Amino acid sequence: MRVNVTVNGEQRQADDVWEGESLLFMLRERLGLPGSKNACEQGECGSCTVYLDDVPVCACLVAAGQAHDRSVRTVEGLADGDRLDPVQEAFVEAGAVQCGFCTPGLVVAAHDLLNRVPSPSDPEIREALAGNLCRCTGYEKILDAVRLAASRR
Amino acid sequence: MTLTPAELTSAVSGGIGTSPQRPDGNLKVRGEFAYASDLWHEDMIWGATLRSPHPYARIVSVDLTEALKVPGVYAVLTHSDVPGRNQYGLEHKDQPVLAVDVVRYQGEPVALVGADHPETALRAMKKIVVAYDVLEPVVDMETAADSAPLHPGGNLVRHVPIRRGAQDLQADVVVSGRYEVGMQDQAFLGPESGLAVPAADGSVDLYIATQWLHVDRAQVASALGLPEEKVRLTLSGVGGAFGGREDLSMQVHACLLALHTGKPVKMVYNREESFYGHVHRHPAVLYYEHGADHTGKLVYVKARIYLDGGAYASSTPAVVANAATLGVGPYEVDNVTIDCYGLYTNNPPCGAMRGFGAVQAGFAYESQMDKLADALGMSPVDVRVRNAMTEGSVMPTGQVVDSAAPVAQLLKLVQDKPLPAGTSSDIRELPGGVSNTTHGEGVVRGVGYAVGIKNICFSEGYDDYSTARVRVSMVNGSLAAAVHTAACEVGQGLVTIMQQIVRTELGIERVTVLPMDTTIGNGGSTSASRQTYVTGGAVKAACAAVRSRLDGRVDIGSEVIDETVEWRHRATEALDPVTGQGNAHVQYGFAAHRAVVDVDVELGLVRVVALDCAQDVGRALNPQAVVGQIQGGSAQGLGLAVMEEIQTSGGKVRNPSFTDYLIPTVLDMPPMSIDVLELADPHAPYGIRGVGEPPTISSTPAIVAAIRAATGLALTRVPVRPEHLTGT
Ligand code: FES
Ligand code: FES
Repeated sequence: MRVNVTVNGEQRQADDVWEGESLLFMLRERLGLPGSKNACEQGECGSCTVYLDDVPVCACLVAAGQAHDRSVRTVEGLADGDRLDPVQEAFVEAGAVQCGFCTPGLVVAAHDLLNRVPSPSDPEIREALAGNLCRCTGYEKILDAVRLAASRR
Repeated sequence: MTLTPAELTSAVSGGIGTSPQRPDGNLKVRGEFAYASDLWHEDMIWGATLRSPHPYARIVSVDLTEALKVPGVYAVLTHSDVPGRNQYGLEHKDQPVLAVDVVRYQGEPVALVGADHPETALRAMKKIVVAYDVLEPVVDMETAADSAPLHPGGNLVRHVPIRRGAQDLQADVVVSGRYEVGMQDQAFLGPESGLAVPAADGSVDLYIATQWLHVDRAQVASALGLPEEKVRLTLSGVGGAFGGREDLSMQVHACLLALHTGKPVKMVYNREESFYGHVHRHPAVLYYEHGADHTGKLVYVKARIYLDGGAYASSTPAVVANAATLGVGPYEVDNVTIDCYGLYTNNPPCGAMRGFGAVQAGFAYESQMDKLADALGMSPVDVRVRNAMTEGSVMPTGQVVDSAAPVAQLLKLVQDKPLPAGTSSDIRELPGGVSNTTHGEGVVRGVGYAVGIKNICFSEGYDDYSTARVRVSMVNGSLAAAVHTAACEVGQGLVTIMQQIVRTELGIERVTVLPMDTTIGNGGSTSASRQTYVTGGAVKAACAAVRSRLDGRVDIGSEVIDETVEWRHRATEALDPVTGQGNAHVQYGFAAHRAVVDVDVELGLVRVVALDCAQDVGRALNPQAVVGQIQGGSAQGLGLAVMEEIQTSGGKVRNPSFTDYLIPTVLDMPPMSIDVLELADPHAPYGIRGVGEPPTISSTPAIVAAIRAATGLALTRVPVRPEHLTGT
């Protein structure tokens, strides 16, 4: 099938999409946007988090066809050219990035949190990021990054 | 003008001792960093692996006919398509690239498919017909040595004995116990992946996420029957490793498919396959007996340790040596009797995971120290301090610890930290969280301590070295440097450390880290907490060679100064096979934890409220990264303490997913306050001490000690499960 989808503000088209394919596969393998990650492909890790019509979803759980005529924003669409989004900047500065495989999903999840709750408390940050696994950091510096980004908004 | 390195340090920012941003940080937060699973090549096809459903079976027949008919399939391969040696392994070459007539674990690769879409490959795989004659698996490590042999030499992979001092002593106070450690998974987030690209001359390029390019290359070349120069490896982005990428996964498979089809082949495991695709932490059964005098001074320690290596040897021999030589922990004991055994079974193969043998022993000896404190009526900290090793102490191997060993100081540091406030009334901070299982009723608090020891770098006489190349030239009117190694960046931050070292040594701010590949000499493994030490040492030495040619010049015109240096740490010795004596290790690292837990004793739920750590790192080359390592290592220890276990039944894995194999989320992790000591090791570059592993060792027993303190239960097995706490 053919899928028409707006990705990071651009109208895109994917052909020969198989019905069972996920939005994640389409983004990564057909649209050249491998930023969203594939750590579990079963909705458990959050590494594939993207905005679908402004709501964060696990792209591995959304069928590619479901994104037809809708709008997707991925981690690749957060920075403004060379200028990182404050959340991205804070992740680098706070040392929240080690291997970085969790980072794209966490950056999108934190971005969404700060859009909804500009000055979240620690329990609110933890609750918002509870669906995003990180194996490297123990999360302390990820919390630091979100606090830092919040303080700069 | 000629500047000394010290003067140069002050001239540039981002040198050692500071925390500059990672060079790959921007790409990673933008989603533009190319991990192995992100690779793409014109005309590429997809590879998939058919695995054994049985832990132990004879292969009667394999029929590929129907699979080959699936449209879009390019190749279906079995062991008969392996052109070179169909056996590989880190220490013993006992593992087939593709099974021949027997499978020894569930998940063992039997056949490969190359197809135009991952789904096509899966469908073709389902059409391969393998007839198995199922055999009774060997699954009990304690009796494995006497069970039917799974390999020609029997089921004992290695026995390491330690005999030091008197062997048959009496003591005033004696405590003993049997402890168990479950099978932990590295659970790195980036699944095993790679891209193999064949060349017209029969050679191959492999872009891969690994921990050790050169040893991968040697094993791949041997299996392909190619000279090593015809196999070129380049490190692609690695999504964590923690030991799980030290063995081969799909390296040979992708290259086989690529050479067979003449097409670039990409292989990406999904999470379930990843659980079958790499080795795990050895499960262990440990018997300990500690004897002490009335003052709490240890008189002797005896231990018998079994480590389940699973179906193939992997790094079991070295894990056995670690558990044995570090088996009494960071304590002075004159009389030691240890026997440590690594066994073959039909359980999943086990090998390297962060802490490498020291984790299993650490849970047992620290549980014993608490038991001893209890028997003596001493505090857990006092009994540890009473026996704490210091610089100059003698290990059970007879090796003298010849640099700082601040064991008592580390314990005091965590003991003196402020304790968290009492049990919260916010349900989000209670065991069970927003599942709303308690509002504080039935919740008991406990505090526990532990300290651990880890060897840093490779041991037992291994020729452990790294190679570094530093090139300096003029770029836009000023000096710029490039650093090249084959040492793998897996997330830990070696790329940053190398830049920092070059800046400090050469006073050049602009440092490029070149891709890590096999066009340069061996960088050694990213394991044993060794890369900052060994590759850092090599980069420092290469800088010294460059510096003498620079001779203080800040303008070298069109000259290019390019120096490659091989650097090794001081030599170690083999262990005596009868007494286990010998200077087997290069360096020791120490960390201590204090854990505070709230336990809902009615439901058996645990919430770790605080997990503070003190560690000596010799010198913190990058303080931010050091703390990040300690926090990450502590989190993996928390996972082993209360949630993480690959559960097997009859050799079959019952929970190969993140739905059923739980790793800590941000809700499971408490705040972690970290104290970093910098007591330089005079033998190491800059005085550094390896950082990555020690915190993983002490975190687990500290948490279990805290749960024991809260509940009064013995808790001799990790992970602690709810039913252990409720007795149901
Ligand atoms: S890859 Fe989608 S949740 Fe893990
Ligand atoms: S940084 Fe590696 S998984 Fe989070």
